[in-house]
Amino acid sequence: MKNVLTGVLGAAALAFTAPVASADTLSDVKAKGFIQCGVNTALAGFSAPNDKGEWTGLDVDFCRAMAAAVFGDGTKVKFTGLSAKDRFTALQSGEIDVLSRNTTWTINRDTALGLNFAGVTYYDGQGFMINAKKLPGVNSALQLSGAAVCVQAGTTTELNLADYFRANKMEYNPVVFEKFEEANAAYDAGRCDAYTTDQSGLYAVRLQMSAPDDHVVLPEIISKEPLGPSVRQGDDKWLDIAKWTYYALLNAEEAGITQANVEEMKASENPDIKRLLGVEAETKIGTDLGLDNAWVVNIIKATGNYGEIFERNVGSGSQLKIARGINALWTKGGLQYGMPIR
Amino acid sequence: MASQEAIRTSEPTKASLFYDPKIRSLVFQALLIFLLILGVWWIIDNTIENLRRSNISTGWAFLRGRAGFDISDRLVEYTSDSTFFRALVVGILNTLKVAIAGIIVATVVGFLVGIGRLSNNWLIRKICTVYVEIFRNIPPLLVILFWYQGVLAVLPAVRESIELPFNSFLNVRGFYLPAIVWNGSGLMVLGGLAIGLVLSWYVARRAYARQMATGQSFPVLWVSLALIVGMPLLAYLLSGMPATVDYPQKGNFNLTGGSNVKPEFLSLLLALSFYTASFIAEIVRAGIMGVPKGQTEAYSALGLRPAKGLRLVVIPQALRIIIPPLTSQYLNLTKNSTLGVAIGYPELYSVGGTILNQTGQAIEVVVIFMIVYLSISLITSAFMNWFNTKMALKER
Repeated sequence: MKNVLTGVLGAAALAFTAPVASADTLSDVKAKGFIQCGVNTALAGFSAPNDKGEWTGLDVDFCRAMAAAVFGDGTKVKFTGLSAKDRFTALQSGEIDVLSRNTTWTINRDTALGLNFAGVTYYDGQGFMINAKKLPGVNSALQLSGAAVCVQAGTTTELNLADYFRANKMEYNPVVFEKFEEANAAYDAGRCDAYTTDQSGLYAVRLQMSAPDDHVVLPEIISKEPLGPSVRQGDDKWLDIAKWTYYALLNAEEAGITQANVEEMKASENPDIKRLLGVEAETKIGTDLGLDNAWVVNIIKATGNYGEIFERNVGSGSQLKIARGINALWTKGGLQYGMPIR
Repeated sequence: MASQEAIRTSEPTKASLFYDPKIRSLVFQALLIFLLILGVWWIIDNTIENLRRSNISTGWAFLRGRAGFDISDRLVEYTSDSTFFRALVVGILNTLKVAIAGIIVATVVGFLVGIGRLSNNWLIRKICTVYVEIFRNIPPLLVILFWYQGVLAVLPAVRESIELPFNSFLNVRGFYLPAIVWNGSGLMVLGGLAIGLVLSWYVARRAYARQMATGQSFPVLWVSLALIVGMPLLAYLLSGMPATVDYPQKGNFNLTGGSNVKPEFLSLLLALSFYTASFIAEIVRAGIMGVPKGQTEAYSALGLRPAKGLRLVVIPQALRIIIPPLTSQYLNLTKNSTLGVAIGYPELYSVGGTILNQTGQAIEVVVIFMIVYLSISLITSAFMNWFNTKMALKER
């Protein structure tokens, strides 16, 4: 019933909180001593507790990076597990400071929902997974006419699904769950023929099935799903911190700065690296953001650069083994492009 | 004692307006209303201000927008091109569907178990007691998950469906039944049903009048049943049998054709009705036990057999005790239907939640929730109050 509560409390928070709540998140965060970060409850690779009960994942590491930028300490962050349905209310009402929960950047969310997206930490697209053992011979999403499809409520996935079947004049039977785990369980039990979510999510879900090898992800990608962190509208300073934390992670990877070599890199003669790491004389880059000049050093020490975060959580260092693909740096043919820090 | 007398006599002499109880109570009431209005105004003003500051769109115009998502279980026509308003209507109808069906099943099961607990048969009595103690002491959400994940999810896959009589099938996708398809219009049959109903009402009235006048009874139940079943059947035959039966067939993924009772609806219905029935059973037992033993002895003395005595003497008196708490159980059942969200049954709370998420208009959607559930509850209790007055002891 936590979901009922979040919805109602969110509405109540809008009704009762004093109108100053959203004015200056950075000061609020500094005053309470930690960042409250909204994440997915259990999406392997993006945000899920590990066997020691610590949150891990790409979305989780972004919040750690922000905490490191603000406090110089990547552990000063608390996580709130949210369902797809509750996530925006939680952010709007001030329950969380940043939403990093594999959330697709859309115009509606950027405008009508009062969010601001800070960047795209993972370029994704929606796909389908089926149980190949139960459905031999199905190798394309276009063969799914008449199928029952498990999907999570309140997602862009749900809307894309409707559009895709409509556009291809196919019938289907949506079985809509509020929680990710419920949808997974129902699909695993055979309630649905197919499961749909972002492709990265499908690989993660597959690992949680009772017989992962029986399931195949179909080749079609039916939508663009740029996933990224977002903050409340109307607080440009906080948005800047989120945005530049993301760019700092990308620029560090581009400059070859890693968790291991960040201290040595400080002695580098390269002006770009010196500027990025805040060791340039009279630098004001960090303080202009409202942070310490060593903010990038702190971020990299806490989480490593974007490439390290990617490989550790979803790439070759993880169980998911997702290739960098379009999430490679722009210099390597991908879409990840860090704005210049100067 | 003496001092109290003194105080009491000194009171009526009016000291000042401040001590006048009438004026004091008026002032306090006015103050309370003022504070209440102030509080409400503060909440509304604060909400509007906060929404404005966080750039969230407000208003009811969103209800006319395109919903964009699909709902599988629906009683009225709905596609992803329909409006959010229509999606809400689908949700409300689904809530009503499960609530009404649940109330009927819960009442029947509850009465049977409640009477069973008073049975002279040891086995029946114990079985009913165990039933009540199990279902009453488990949270309803667990009962729902028990049916959904414990019972219906372990049914065989579509290809290995369990075949039941009359070409029905049971599998992990639910219960598949043959559906009746009207080729022409079913109006004649509906008309037959109406005539049957009117006739049986008339028969019941005449039988009652005759029994009052002459004391002779008449088998109203059987005659009415014959009329209600027979008249539509006659109309159906006369109009040239305009219906065919659509049997479920094995299709590509699912069984196609026929009608499908989805496992989400089935598990929610079973869970809500079995859960609520355990409470109703206790209410029924209390009601029957609340009728004095003398009444049983009285009808036995008059020569009525136990079944008839229970129906004519005990139950009508027990109903007066049963109805008020029964109303609360009906309301609980309706509100508990929101738990269907856990298993993906698209009732109002689930559909509304999706709308809330797609539009971000939390306050409006929560207001709709409150209005709808309040209306359903008020209508239910208004009906039950009417029924209660009708059943109340009429002094003649």
